[in-house]
Amino acid sequence: MDTPVIHHGAMFDTNELVLNMGPQHPSTHGVLRVVLRLDGEKVVDADVVIGYLHRGIEKLSENRNWTQIILLTDRMDYVAAATNNVGYCETVEKLMSLEVPRRARYVRTILCELQRIASHCLWVGTHAMDIGAMTVFLYAFRERELILDLFEEMCGARLTYNSMRIGGLPLDIPPGWDKKVLEFCTIMATKIDEYEELLTHNRIWLERTKGIGVIDGPAAVALGLSGPPLRGSGVPRDVRKDEPYAAYDEMEFDVPIGTAGDTYDRYLVRLEEFRQSLRVIRQATEGIPEGPIVGKVPRLIKPPAGETYHAIESPKGELGYFIVSDGKSTNPYRFRVRPPSFCNLQGLRTLIKGHLVADVVALIGSLDVVLGEVDR
Amino acid sequence: MADAPAHVPKAAAPTGPPDPPPPADVTAPAFIATLHAAVPGGVTHVSYWLGDWTLVVPAALILQVAQHLRDAADAAFDFCSDVTATDWPPRAEGRFDVVYCLYSTRHRHRVRLKVILGEQQPLASVTGVWPAAGWLEREVYDMFGVGFTGHPDRRRILMPEDWQGHPQRKDYPLEGPGELLLENPIEWLKLRQSREQADIE
Repeated sequence: MDTPVIHHGAMFDTNELVLNMGPQHPSTHGVLRVVLRLDGEKVVDADVVIGYLHRGIEKLSENRNWTQIILLTDRMDYVAAATNNVGYCETVEKLMSLEVPRRARYVRTILCELQRIASHCLWVGTHAMDIGAMTVFLYAFRERELILDLFEEMCGARLTYNSMRIGGLPLDIPPGWDKKVLEFCTIMATKIDEYEELLTHNRIWLERTKGIGVIDGPAAVALGLSGPPLRGSGVPRDVRKDEPYAAYDEMEFDVPIGTAGDTYDRYLVRLEEFRQSLRVIRQATEGIPEGPIVGKVPRLIKPPAGETYHAIESPKGELGYFIVSDGKSTNPYRFRVRPPSFCNLQGLRTLIKGHLVADVVALIGSLDVVLGEVDR
Repeated sequence: MADAPAHVPKAAAPTGPPDPPPPADVTAPAFIATLHAAVPGGVTHVSYWLGDWTLVVPAALILQVAQHLRDAADAAFDFCSDVTATDWPPRAEGRFDVVYCLYSTRHRHRVRLKVILGEQQPLASVTGVWPAAGWLEREVYDMFGVGFTGHPDRRRILMPEDWQGHPQRKDYPLEGPGELLLENPIEWLKLRQSREQADIE
């Protein structure tokens, strides 16, 4: 029997539909706009539009002196402000060939890892909520609160810390702070299992994340992905291991990698990073050496003429600073940030082709972008 | 390196970083020699400072050099960390330094390429070699006005599409296009139209 041939008349014509998503959309995590070209519910192509939060931080920094810039770097990745501070201060220290005391390097390591956990908490909460799991959001924010309390005690602020100085730290750790950090580690270790119970074997979670936005290792490298999106594709690249900064060369930790390169593997990588971060925090807090917190920093910070690039591993990926000093003025001649979110977001267009509109939301969450950093 | 470089006159606008050549006791990595052999004239200056290698590449040869550095076994720079630029207005021969920060996930080493570029001079896009450069080059175009040829999507990226000027240039005022725009947009529009009219005439 012949199958009936269906002639698509005018009534059944399919047209591509252009759908605008954002910039005011709850699941775009800020002011991201994605223009989708749809065939039915399938994404044919997408144009990612950014720039709504552009404040010209690079231009502003070129007109501030070297110490004032630390405060501006807080406003880039505002959910991991201490990491930005560390990256900037280390770049200037590299330019000036400054020695940072070991105690300061240890505290930096602790702050960076606490920040990684706080950032990943925010990510797991919002990412799960985008996909439809409300509970994880409440759980994760409960633990993030503990970290914010620790930061508040350390630097007096809860979001924009201004927690570093060129050459070391502004203040020593408060008495008893290290004990509180260790207590937090004990609490957090059990909470990660709670997140895993809610998500890892959850049928809906698996359906929504497995096989979504698959990218293989070489393609991820070529696209410039870094951080968990790159490691989820099986590339063991971590700046903490490859080009150690702060006190990471003295720490023992593993770099988790995924195999499938899909949204689920990126999720697993980040969850394992929680545990590895706790491991680093424990080692650093227990082994924190005595000594000064600031190196021999000249009264007037004026690095010699030259340029340098220095990268650190922020929770989102490779955070690089390219700074040019002219050697004469008290402000940088050129201040450039390589924001990891910016480069990861570039991969969104490749990742969402062929997926459904609902997966776009999952993929934006999976890349973990912060628009303050993308737009600067 | 703490001393001020000798070739920069005092009290004048800076004309570029010193880019010192490597000292005698530092051996250059092997990929630089291979690059010299594979792309003759591809590197005009090799610099080493603070542990970073910088290669100055002529604008005409950037694509060949990029291709070689990505594919050669001893270089294998498969990860394009960053593309950016620096503006040096007093320089007569080439105003911009376009800087490529490369990394190799196989050998775990870094190198910086630098292209010295005139204001109106176009530069070949490296998006064919590293797709990661796509947005980064768009940002360089947006902020500095460097024209990349062969770029698949040459639009502004951070600034609005109808923006005038390129904000990261040194001669662009910090406060933006001027207060007239904010205080009296109609007057500003009239002024802009009269300027455009004058340009046409």
